[in-house]
This record gives sequence, structure tokens and C-alpha cells, in this order.
Amino acid sequence: MIEFHLDARSGVSPYQQIVQQVRHALRLGLLHEGDQLPTVKDVVARLAINPNTVLKAYKELEHAGLVAARPGIGTFVTATLSDVSLTAHGPLRQELRRWLLKARRAGLDDESIEALFRDAFRSSGAEDVA
Amino acid sequence: MTDLMTASGLGKRYGRRWALADCTLRVPQGRVAGLVGPNGAGKTTLLHMAVGLEKPTTGTLEVLGGRPRDDAGQIGRVGFLAQDTPVYSRLSVADHLRMGAWTNPNWDAGLAARRIGELGLPPGQRAGKMSGGQRAQLALTVAMAKRPEVLILDEPVASLDPLARREFLQLLMATIAEDKLSVMLSSHLVADLERVCDYIIVLASSRVQVAGEVDALLATHWRLTGPRRDPRTLPADFDVIEESHTDVQTTLVARCDGPVHDPAWTVGELSLEDLVLAYMRRARGGGLASGRGAGDGDTGNGDGGNGEGGNGDSGSRGLRVLR
Repeated sequence: MIEFHLDARSGVSPYQQIVQQVRHALRLGLLHEGDQLPTVKDVVARLAINPNTVLKAYKELEHAGLVAARPGIGTFVTATLSDVSLTAHGPLRQELRRWLLKARRAGLDDESIEALFRDAFRSSGAEDVA
Repeated sequence: MTDLMTASGLGKRYGRRWALADCTLRVPQGRVAGLVGPNGAGKTTLLHMAVGLEKPTTGTLEVLGGRPRDDAGQIGRVGFLAQDTPVYSRLSVADHLRMGAWTNPNWDAGLAARRIGELGLPPGQRAGKMSGGQRAQLALTVAMAKRPEVLILDEPVASLDPLARREFLQLLMATIAEDKLSVMLSSHLVADLERVCDYIIVLASSRVQVAGEVDALLATHWRLTGPRRDPRTLPADFDVIEESHTDVQTTLVARCDGPVHDPAWTVGELSLEDLVLAYMRRARGGGLASGRGAGDGDTGNGDGGNGEGGNGDSGSRGLRVLR
């Protein structure tokens, strides 16, 4: 069983933080297929957050095919992230490193790189939605 | 499904002062609705009208589709926790439960006893000897054992220290997860509400400044920074909540229902607190006039008035949860 925590200053909404923490635990191998997630009541009693926030996070994870709800029992992990994404990590990290090198050579400092990344990330996200 | 609360043209006047004016709202059921605003904004007045402690001067108000205090049935459906979560200091925990059972037809003695056990409140302890946090937990337990469909709480955590505050909200959220009831609670601090509410109503200067689902509000409000420009040249779908200018730069907090396409703007997300504060400053008249017309222009009346709830306040100190 994992435990959630919330970072109020992260700027990431509580429901997204829960989704990220489950994904993270899957990636790190802390959660395996068949493991149970904390019940909604446990999460809200611990974090003092709205039950709908937890339900929304679990629904999104369910939609992504990572967990499944068994009514009256709880929510269980049905898939693992580690195999799929870990293999992709290496090449992506290399590409990113090359890109960072290029950016620095072009004279960008860390702050401009972050700003550029965030901006590109946001606009590509907006394109996906549109 | 009926709504948690609907208000139409609702107003309350004490003498010459409007404690609440022109309040039109529709809060869906199943929400945890936060009512936030500075002291004296009209929060207590609205909540007191919702539970029938005050009568509206103008307009109509329904809670769960019924007029407040219409009949015993309606009173039983609505639980209320007055400011400072009042309990009787000379009575013990067990006395509170006995009195609750005696005065409420739907009293759930099993639930009350179980909660008291889980919280570790000693049944023989007098309320006056308990900590503020424990008293608040007792008051909430009593209110919940009435088995209401909606729970209305007026500044439930304002007088609690940070740890007791968190513990109270933990209990409240666990209760909601178990019993699926609707909640409306007020606070003058956004931070208290940010984690628990999925619906928010900003009340300032006796008027509703903005109300809506938290997610929807956060998805439509932005902080925009860019080269200085005249806000009158902005597209029509921009509602400027707040603006500031230097000789070279313009910064806006704006509502824009679609995506912001203009590449001149750097677009930043807002926290709920930033969003609420922007509306409060606009209400106080600190911000400049907004782009949206009707009804918004007359909020900056500078009426900072104090004594929220006016002359009705003295009556709210009793143990309303036992009504």
C-alpha cells in the first residue's frame, strides 16, 4: 500500500498530484499488478481533501487502464508502467540531453531553457486538446 | 436532482445597511461548497438565511428545494454548525449525545457513539475542559448524528490552531466520503478551503463576486503579462478582473473562456487563492473597472462595514446543532 502526500506549493492540482504519485509508484516498482490503492475514505481522512478529488484521480487512472475499481472492495492496480516507459526513457533522455546542449550553446541559461520548455509543453498540450 | 442551494435576487438589510444584496446562485448537490470573503462580507447572513435563522428582505432562497425552516422535515434535512462550533461547556460528551437523541427524531445513536470512540473523546469529560479542537469535533459529531442531507458550517475552523484545523477538516472529509452529503462552509481564509472545496463562492462587499466549480474557474482564469497595452483593445471575450501597468508592461488577471492565442502574452496559471484575492480586490475598488458590464460595476461601493450578521449575531451563539 502506498501513501499519498500533497505539496501545496507545487502549483499542481491535488488530483493531479495523486495521479502522478500513483504513476510514479508504478514506474518505480512500488506498486504491482493486484496491489490495492488506499480507499477514498483513507485518503481523505489523511489528507483532509475533498473525496471527489480522489475519485477524479482514480477515475483518470482507471481511464488510463492502470487501475480498476471493484465496487465495495477498493481500487486495484491492473497494469504496470515500468516495462513500457522505462525502455523509452533511455533514448528520450539522450535526445533531451542533446537538445539541452544545443540550447546552452545557443546562449540560453537555465531559466530561459525552463521557460521555453514550459511554454512549448503548454502549447503542445493545448494543441492536443484542440 | 435538487440543488444544494438556489438563491434568486436574495438580499438582507439591517437598518440602512445591506448585509447581502442581489445574490443569485445555484449550487449543485453533492458539492463541498466554500463561501469565502473578508469579515463583514455577508457570509454569516447568507448561511443564517439558509438555515432559517434570518428572513430575507428581498428575493428567494431554497436549500435542497425547500424553503428554510418550512417544516420539521426541512429542519431535519439541514444540519448547521454555528460560528466557533458551540457546545455546552458544563455538559459532558455523553450529555451532548443524550440531548441530541432527545431533540432529534432521526438521531443516529450508533454513529454518534462510534465517532466519539474513534476520536477518543472521553464520554464523561465536560466540554468546557476539552481543547478547542475536541469541542469542534464533538459539535461536528452531534451535527452529523442528526443525519442531515446537507451540512452548513459557519467558519468552523477560524478559532482552531493549525493542527486542530487539519484534524477537523480530516474528520469532515472522512464523514463526507462515508455519508455522501452536501456541505457548505465559510471561511475568510482561502487556504482553509482550497483542499476541501470543489465549488467556491466569493462574497465581498455584500455581493457575490464569482461562483462556480473550482476546476472550471481555474481553467478559465489566467495571469497574463506582456508589453504595455490599453485594456480597451483586448478581445471582447476577455473579462479583466485585475490589471496593473508599468511604462513597458501590462499584467492582467483575466477570465477568458477559450484558449489565449495572442502570442504577445505570457500566460500563467492562477492558484485558487490568487483568483479569489483578485476578485476581492476588485470588489473593494482596488482594481480598475472590468470589461464585463451588467451588475459588476456597482460592487465597489466602499462599504467595508463590520459586524457581519448585524444585530442577528447575538442569537447565533447557542447550540444550534441540537435544534
